[in-house]
Amino acid sequence: MTAPQLAQPAPATATTRARARSRVEGGVRTTLWKQIVFYVLIAIFVLFCVLPFLWTLITSLKSEAEIFSVPIKYLPNPITFEQYSKIFHLVRFNRSLLNSALVAGWATLISLVIGSVCAYALARLTFPGKNFILALVLTIAMFPGIVIVGPLYQQFSNWHLINNYLAFHLFPLALILPNVTFTLPLCIWTLNAFFRDLPLELEESARVDGCTRMQTFMRIVAPLAAPGVFTAAILLFIAAWNEFLFARTFMSEEHNLTATVVIAQFEGADVGTQYPWGQITAASIIITLPLVLIVLLFQLRIISGLTSGAVKG
Amino acid sequence: MATTEGTTAPAAAAATIHRRHKSTQAQADARLGLILVAPAVLTIAVIAFYPLIRAIVNSLHKISLRFANQPRPFIGLRNYSDLLHDSRWWNALGVTARVVGVSVAVELVLGMIIALLLNRAFHVRGIVRAAVLIPWALTTVVSAKMWSWIYDARYGVFNDILMKLHIINKPIIWLSRPDLTIWAMIAAEIWKTTPFMALLLLAGLQLIPGDLYEAAAIDGTNGWQNFWKITLPLMKPTILVALLFRTIDAVRIFDLPRVLTNGGPGQTTETLVLYAYNSLFTSLNFGYGSALAVSVFLIVLLVSFFYIKVLGTPTQGARS
Repeated sequence: MTAPQLAQPAPATATTRARARSRVEGGVRTTLWKQIVFYVLIAIFVLFCVLPFLWTLITSLKSEAEIFSVPIKYLPNPITFEQYSKIFHLVRFNRSLLNSALVAGWATLISLVIGSVCAYALARLTFPGKNFILALVLTIAMFPGIVIVGPLYQQFSNWHLINNYLAFHLFPLALILPNVTFTLPLCIWTLNAFFRDLPLELEESARVDGCTRMQTFMRIVAPLAAPGVFTAAILLFIAAWNEFLFARTFMSEEHNLTATVVIAQFEGADVGTQYPWGQITAASIIITLPLVLIVLLFQLRIISGLTSGAVKG
Repeated sequence: MATTEGTTAPAAAAATIHRRHKSTQAQADARLGLILVAPAVLTIAVIAFYPLIRAIVNSLHKISLRFANQPRPFIGLRNYSDLLHDSRWWNALGVTARVVGVSVAVELVLGMIIALLLNRAFHVRGIVRAAVLIPWALTTVVSAKMWSWIYDARYGVFNDILMKLHIINKPIIWLSRPDLTIWAMIAAEIWKTTPFMALLLLAGLQLIPGDLYEAAAIDGTNGWQNFWKITLPLMKPTILVALLFRTIDAVRIFDLPRVLTNGGPGQTTETLVLYAYNSLFTSLNFGYGSALAVSVFLIVLLVSFFYIKVLGTPTQGARS
């Protein structure tokens, strides 16, 4: 009598446990069929992200004739770099890469210096008006650039900064300052989240040992902050490199344009023939390649930097 | 009584000393804090808030930069009442609303699906992460040119694929047909920003503790129930933050319409910011253009207000 009673529950429990194990992953039983569908969907998503860009790359490696051949050739044959050589012979294009680097570099540097100390104060110190400043930073991040572009144009005109890179063609203030309006909040936002995640005990033990706040910051926090600052630098540089509205408005002379504006206004060397898609795609690849490389090398940092501010608040 | 007095007196003295000591430290902290945030606050005040005030002031005047030395009379809210009677403004508002509504909705759904998939894609995470960041890292202007090429009527690959799949039998001029251009533009926008949405949502997903699903598994729920009862409620703060950022970015959209279509054909893809920009720098109507720009700012404020007040505070929610 007891034997069947003992026998029955045992297999039932084993099955339930096995079913529970197989359901642990997100609550769906992972049969082979579902796994295949899963990976196919992932593959579709990866292609969705990559194909348009891949098509641009392929187009840039084709000869002029091949680009405009009908029916469309999906693979270049042969692969040629003539579009790239045409593009690099355009002085204004080469110049624009330098200009973009200058604008993005300065905006990033200034934002990091000003923003990192601000972010640290917001993360660790208590002072009057702290919540107000946090709200302020958030508001600025949501500013539409169009609101300030008009008055900034008037102001920069008065100061002769329009179309002006100042000494040695190194300080395009008219572009650096507007870029700072969005790189600075982004920096504060990202680094604030980062500093808050740093273990408090390290700083507290330094304080117990008698360090002042500034000493703690310099000796303990600053070295630990390096990866966070690096991530912020990447995000800021990319944001400033991609900027278009201000770049188009405050600089109009050919040697002052940034890369985004040159691409947008492209007419190419062979005016009068077909629209220079070959050169545009080649220019697109050149402008984007540094960013893509940075992104591939530092994926984890970038993703954690982007999401930590938003998700962990 | 004596013992309580005996114990409270030194305790109270110690507490006062501690409080005094603490307040000196707190004062030093507060001072340092203010010093450290001052440069940032000053910078923001000078290059963002001051121009904002100037823009609002400009919008209350009639300013035309077409000819030098023209008078700039103060006209109060005339620009704004003109704006509300401007059919081109209403058109721009409609275009922007369509872009925002469709792209944010599609991105949310697609992004959620992708985030759910990625959450369990342990083996291929590296490749997928890299793929996902490519649309994000691409310059918007470059993306716009790229899509111009893909949508090209004669040599574009989109038409070619559609014809090969026998969905259409003649090439469609995507960027010149008034009824289709806006959808082509919305599709390009969705391509560019869905991956980022997916990343944000994935980060939120990863904060949900796995034990909840294990407990649910023992209770015998299926995946669909898990999603509605566990995942979605816990994702609410993340979704709100993602929606807030994406909506505001979509309202401000400029690069894509400017480079892809320049508002055309006609004004079927002219967004609010594009209209304001043309007003300011093509028509040189600085007074009215400033009013248009301020209207965009007000809409952004309204949207933020809506998300924060009506749907719940993102920052509070995220921390809980």
